[in-house]
Amino acid sequence: MKRLAATILSLAAFLAVWKLLTVVSGTPNYILPAPEVVADRALRAIRDGILWEHTAVTLSEILLGFALGAITAMGVGIGLGKSIVVERVLSPYIVAAQSVPILALAPLLDIWFGGGLLARVLICALIVFFPIAIATMVGIRSADPLLAEMLRSLGASPGQLTARLEIPSALPVLFGGLRVGVTLAVIGAVVAEWAGASSGLGVLINIANQGLFDTPLMFVALATLAVIGITLHGLVVVAERRLVLR
Amino acid sequence: MAIEATTQGSRPTTPAALPVRLADVSVAFPAAGEPLVALERLTLGIPAGSLTVVIGPNGCGKSTLLRVIAGLVAPTSGSVALGDEGVPRAGDGRVGLAFQQPRLMPWLSTVDNVALPLALDGVAVAERREQAMEALERVGLAEAAGVRPAQLSGGMAQRAGLARALISDPPVLLLDEPFSALDALTREGFDGELQRLWMDRPRTVILVTHSVGEAVRMADRIVVMTARPGSVARLIPVDLPRPRPASSHATAAIDAEVRAALAEVHPAELTPWLDR
Repeated sequence: MKRLAATILSLAAFLAVWKLLTVVSGTPNYILPAPEVVADRALRAIRDGILWEHTAVTLSEILLGFALGAITAMGVGIGLGKSIVVERVLSPYIVAAQSVPILALAPLLDIWFGGGLLARVLICALIVFFPIAIATMVGIRSADPLLAEMLRSLGASPGQLTARLEIPSALPVLFGGLRVGVTLAVIGAVVAEWAGASSGLGVLINIANQGLFDTPLMFVALATLAVIGITLHGLVVVAERRLVLR
Repeated sequence: MAIEATTQGSRPTTPAALPVRLADVSVAFPAAGEPLVALERLTLGIPAGSLTVVIGPNGCGKSTLLRVIAGLVAPTSGSVALGDEGVPRAGDGRVGLAFQQPRLMPWLSTVDNVALPLALDGVAVAERREQAMEALERVGLAEAAGVRPAQLSGGMAQRAGLARALISDPPVLLLDEPFSALDALTREGFDGELQRLWMDRPRTVILVTHSVGEAVRMADRIVVMTARPGSVARLIPVDLPRPRPASSHATAAIDAEVRAALAEVHPAELTPWLDR
């Protein structure tokens, strides 16, 4: 109850400061629209269906990209964590892929993979991959060597060691990576849409900003992305609370 | 070998209890520079169903000795045999090992921790929990079955570790200073319980300890180890009836003999723990 009140209070404060800023500075709506203007524009966008149309596209990119990126990253992260050789061989490529700006890579990937949903999911997965792979690796290595010896004394196979000790030990760190990854997935989807797409919230931002000079609509798209990010992050936190021992 | 005659004659030895034989066993761990020699040409025969206590200071290779018997460490040279079947392999079910620390999985309940050896063997959940409950009852911990390890006291956690080592009913039970982290009172209680467990269902028990008192209370035979590299310095038989009184003429004599043997192999400045 207290936490809910705090959340509502902070949201109210945020909106109040925003409103105050528009009033005090007197900026026109096409530069900084007031909150009620954005809310009004959001209602219209919902009513005529364009908001949902673009949100559905972006959301599917985010969910598929995050799932693909996270699952691959966890698999690779386990390999990295268990074998120094695998880490030596793979880590330069992984770090290189992360260091190259995704903005520069996205148009290339878009061309290579046919410019459709697949290309956008892959771009999204790529940006999600690094933090989750690294978190998995670090987590796997955090397994208690005393417990590992105990399991070996019981004749545990390497697979059993991973399933029963290393993965459960990795969960707290892994969830840190998943939290970062899920918010990056939102960015990845927008970047992918900018590289070439005809619908999605990233496209809506471009249309509103550069085509229609409809700044309130751009704010609606940004707020929708923020809500998606907060919701998905919240779902990861809920999963974390259920799976990780406190 | 009068000891074996009395201990084995007074109670039934299960066919499950196995003798342990180490012949000329050396273990060297690779290290920067010189390899670290933990055991050197150690020869020791442990009769089936006996309760052997291994004593010696830190770093004399006691724990390595247990790991060799458990099949966790392969000897660099020499041979180890359990019964007639030869070389032990970790997890072959012939050896139960309890450690100095309880080593429980923090995310599993006590009962599931105890059932872990069966889970690794693919035993169904209901059956392994049932067996784990029996093992918990044997160590007097049944009421804590559903609790996570973090909520157990140090002594309770050690009992859980012991129950896990006992669940497969191994013919050889290895105990690596399992009570050393407990206070003296709890520890003496444990010694009594362990003897009772051992007398109920005889098996070969090898207990590593720092404590002369514990050795005298528990052992059929006391193995005094040399300083590193470890080997057997003295083998002292303890031919006293059980349960043994806290102190008597006979225990005092054995106590003195063990301390004398330790003092001989370990210079006094290296063995301050002797005075405890």
